[in-house]
Amino acid sequence: MSKDETLGEALRRQGISRRGFLKFCAATASMMALPPSMVPVIAAALESARRPSVIWLSFQECTGCTESLTRSHAPTVEGLIFDTISLDYHHTLQAAAGSAAEAARKTAMKENFGKYILVVDGSIPTGNPGYSTIAGISNHDMLMETAKGAAAIVAVGTCAAFGGIPQANPNPTGAVSVSDLVHDKPIINVSGCPPIPVVITGVLAHFLTFGTIPELDDQGRPMAYYGKSIHDRCYRRPFYDKGLFAETFDDEGAKKGWCLYKLGCKGPVTYNACATTKWNEGTSFPIESGHPCLGCSEPGFWDAGSFYRAISTPTEDIAKTAVYSVGAGAAAGVALGAMNRAKQRRAVETHEKVTIDDLEKEKQP
Amino acid sequence: MNVEIGDGLTHNVKPLLHEIRHALGKLLATAETTTIDLRSLPLAPGEEDKLLAELGHGEVHAGLNALGPSEIVETRFAGVWVVLHYNNDREVLGKFIEICEIPELLRAQPADIRDGLEQLQAQLA
Repeated sequence: MSKDETLGEALRRQGISRRGFLKFCAATASMMALPPSMVPVIAAALESARRPSVIWLSFQECTGCTESLTRSHAPTVEGLIFDTISLDYHHTLQAAAGSAAEAARKTAMKENFGKYILVVDGSIPTGNPGYSTIAGISNHDMLMETAKGAAAIVAVGTCAAFGGIPQANPNPTGAVSVSDLVHDKPIINVSGCPPIPVVITGVLAHFLTFGTIPELDDQGRPMAYYGKSIHDRCYRRPFYDKGLFAETFDDEGAKKGWCLYKLGCKGPVTYNACATTKWNEGTSFPIESGHPCLGCSEPGFWDAGSFYRAISTPTEDIAKTAVYSVGAGAAAGVALGAMNRAKQRRAVETHEKVTIDDLEKEKQP
Repeated sequence: MNVEIGDGLTHNVKPLLHEIRHALGKLLATAETTTIDLRSLPLAPGEEDKLLAELGHGEVHAGLNALGPSEIVETRFAGVWVVLHYNNDREVLGKFIEICEIPELLRAQPADIRDGLEQLQAQLA
C-alpha cells in the first residue's frame, strides 16, 4: 500500500464499496463513542486522510495490551484501522529483530520526523538500564530518542500510562510511566490492564479522522472512554442503591446478580468504558460475569488494598497504626467493617457447599 | 444453579421508547432523521432483547453484505429501523436504531452507481 494513497482510495482498491465504507464509518463512530450524527464528518475525513506512520515500542510489559488489540479475527473495524496505518515498527509483532529492525525504525523516524505516532506499552525501568533492553538499547534511551520526532505519544496500558504492575510495591526495577519521562509531547494515556481493544483503536481512529488528540481528563485519558466511572454506568447500580449486596461468591445474592460492593468492587473509583462498551465485542465485563471490578485503569491499583475487601473498609496498615481509631467517622468505618465481616461469616455458615459428586450428577444426561 | 436476572434493571427501555416517539414526531414534522447508538447506553442483560421485542418486525427485512453481514429491519412502527452490523465472524460492529424514511445504507451510492455504469458499458462494448 503506497504511503501517498488516501484511506478512501486504499479501501476502494481493496474492493470495498461506498456502502461498505459507510458501514465502516458508522462502526468507527460507535467505536470512538461519537454520536451517529458524526458519521458524515468521519466519512469525509477518513476519505482524504493519509496513512500515518506508527512506531510501537514495547518495554516492561506482559504483552497483554498487544494481545488485546490483535485478538480480533477476520476483517474487523479494528483490523481495518490497523491496516490503514503504516505500522513501521512493532517489536513483538514483526518478524525482524536486531540491527535490521532497528534500522527500519530509524528510517521511519527520519522519513516522518515530527509526524509519526509513537505507541508505547510497558513501563520503563530507571533502576538499572540493563533490566530491560531491545537490541542492546535500554528502554529509557529508546523512548527518549524515538519521542523526539513523534507528533503524539499513546501510552497503552496501565504500565505505560501509570507504571502498572512493575511499579507495584516494592518496585524492584524503579519502573516509571511514559509521562514521568517525556514532558514536551502530547501524551494520551489509554490505561487498563489491558485496555479494551476498541479504546486503543478508537484513539488511533480519532487521530486518523481529525488529526488531533481527543479531549483528555486530568490523568491524560480520553474523556470519551474514561469520562464516567464504572459505578455510574453499572447495570447492577439499582441493587447498590437498594442496599442489596452479594456477601460471598455464589451465595443467594450473588446468584441473583446483586451488587458486588462488599466483595471488593472498585467500580465507584474506577473510570473506564467496561460497563457500556464491554469486552469481547460487547459480550460482557467482569461485574456482569460475577467478579468485582479490580480498578485496573487507575494509577497504583495493585497497591490500593485487597481486591476482595470493600473500598470502605480500612486497609490493614491503617488499622495497625491506630490512626483510624481517632474520630467518630473512623469509628463508624471500623464498625461497618466489623458488620461486613459478621454478615460475611453468617453467609459462609449458611452457604450450601457443592461437592464433586453434585457436579458429576449434573454432568449426566 | 439458576442465575436470576431482574426484569428491566436499568429501566432504560421505556425512556428509549419515548426517545423514539419524539424522533418519529420530528420526522413527520420536519423530515429530520435521528440515529440512536444502542451500544452507548447501559442496558442490563435481557433489556436489549426486550426493547427489540417491543419494536417488533414490520414489512421490510433487508440483508446487506459489505464488510460482513448487516441486517436492516423495519420495526412494526414505520420509519423506525433497527440496523445491526456484523463482521464476517458474526461479531457485532454496531447496533443502531434509525428513525428515517429509509436508512442511508439501503440507498445505492453515487460512487458505486458510477462504477456499475462503467462496468456495464465495458461489458456491452
